[in-house]
Amino acid sequence: MKIYLKIWRQKDASSKGKMVDYTVEGIEGDMSFLEMLDILNEELISQGEEPIEFDHDCREGICGTCSLQINGRPHGPDTRITACQLHMRSFKDGDTITIEPFRAKAFPVVKDLIIDRSAFDRIQQAGGYISVNTSGNTVDANAIPIEKDKADHSFNAATCIGCGACVAACKNASAMLFTSAKVSQFALLPQGRVEAADRVLNMVRQMDIEGFGNCTNTGACEVECPKGISLENIARMNREYLSASIKG
Amino acid sequence: MSKIIQSSIARKVVMALSGIFLVLFLALHFTINFTSVVSPDTFNELSHFMGYNFIVQFIMQPILIAGVVIHFVMGFVLEIQNNRARGVKYVQYKGSANAPWVSRNMIISGAVILAFLGLHFYDFWIHEMAYKYIEANPEDPTRYYAETVEKFAPFWRTLLYVLSFGLLSLHLWHGFASSFQTMGVNNKYTPSIVNFTKIYAVAIPLGFAFIAIYHHFNPIIH
Ligand code: HEM
Ligand code: SF4
Ligand code: FES
Repeated sequence: MKIYLKIWRQKDASSKGKMVDYTVEGIEGDMSFLEMLDILNEELISQGEEPIEFDHDCREGICGTCSLQINGRPHGPDTRITACQLHMRSFKDGDTITIEPFRAKAFPVVKDLIIDRSAFDRIQQAGGYISVNTSGNTVDANAIPIEKDKADHSFNAATCIGCGACVAACKNASAMLFTSAKVSQFALLPQGRVEAADRVLNMVRQMDIEGFGNCTNTGACEVECPKGISLENIARMNREYLSASIKG
Repeated sequence: MSKIIQSSIARKVVMALSGIFLVLFLALHFTINFTSVVSPDTFNELSHFMGYNFIVQFIMQPILIAGVVIHFVMGFVLEIQNNRARGVKYVQYKGSANAPWVSRNMIISGAVILAFLGLHFYDFWIHEMAYKYIEANPEDPTRYYAETVEKFAPFWRTLLYVLSFGLLSLHLWHGFASSFQTMGVNNKYTPSIVNFTKIYAVAIPLGFAFIAIYHHFNPIIH
């Protein structure tokens, strides 16, 4: 296949970027999207040009680093997958593909397609954990019985890989789906209840400080999330937040 | 108040509560208006009661006006903040791939409703205030029906009303169910809430449009 590409190039955080046109040939349907970019980069390097920088690590949908906006959608046209799990068979010979970094004021571009998602780390650090005494007297977590339904919902929330697709898809660049997944995974478990009120207040405060937008329940995040994190988590976070605020 | 403005979830709750309040008000408003089609006398009685009852005029009306103002001011605040949160705009952004048009354009439907409210206030509210408090006319419990029907004589006004009701429908289609999600309600009743929202969002604006069109085509013959 011959593919025409329009890719965001930006030298560094302080430069102005622009879209640049490229063409790659000899692309097979079984190649992954990132392999297609690898081929383009090898060509660029052999011509003495700067390769296109993009983030990737696991290439199997678990690390969440491959933050590419492909043809106007985070992680491309297919649902429930990350960009690294996207294959070129989703495109046709002669297609033009637009590739941009995920856009949010809270996710500044570092270079080309690489963004700084440390805003998510700071939200996590604000309360996305439980305080456990590890001095040797730690109680085995499995000693506490937990209803299956709650354990399942908690586990589902915990599958969030922090990729940022929810923010990228949202017309408001809101981080509610991510934050609510991280709040929910603990809020549903007895171990997490202990610090639940402070957790939700602190994590939401940090989310707001980072400059993410306000949720307007469009549901775009849920559709684009590679892990199928549900809007139920946002409703749960809102409940947790309201009751924590009222109790003071 | 400034503390509320600082939290994104609190801002949303203000939006949702004022929205639900307006939805309830709309149902009441529709019920009263509908009597103008079935029984002009009932319409006159109800209108007179609403216009001269102390609680309605000096407690409920200010609350309603505050509710509308809070709702649209917060709507514009959210819109501005949300635009800023994107930073650099996408070259290509396929919003329609993952969210319906109505949910992405609440500011458009909302702005049209706001413009309509301007006209609506000019048509009825300003007139009422002038009649009662400036011109200090005597009470006339029978004037409302004729005044209302006359308003819908011009085609342009009827058309503007009907178009606005169309956008009101779109606004409610997303807004009503959305306010439950904001308030943390997402459970086994959610599909029913969404269905009820759809019925309400179509029935109420359609009903208002019917009333306007009915009076346009059934003028009072003197
Ligand atoms: C005065 C003009 C109005 C403007 C500018 C306006 C604007 C907005 C905006 C921007 C939103 C936020 C979008 C969202 O959160 O999904 C919204 C939500 C909403 N609006 Fe309005 N609106 C107006 C009038 C109304 C009226 C008359 C009603 C009801 C009869 C109404 C009911 C709602 C509801 C229920 C919501 C959902 C709240 C939520 O999402 O939590 N609005 N409005
Ligand atoms: S909620 Fe989904 S889209 Fe958002 S960061 Fe987590 S995995 Fe990615
Ligand atoms: S590279 Fe790890 S999820 Fe895509």
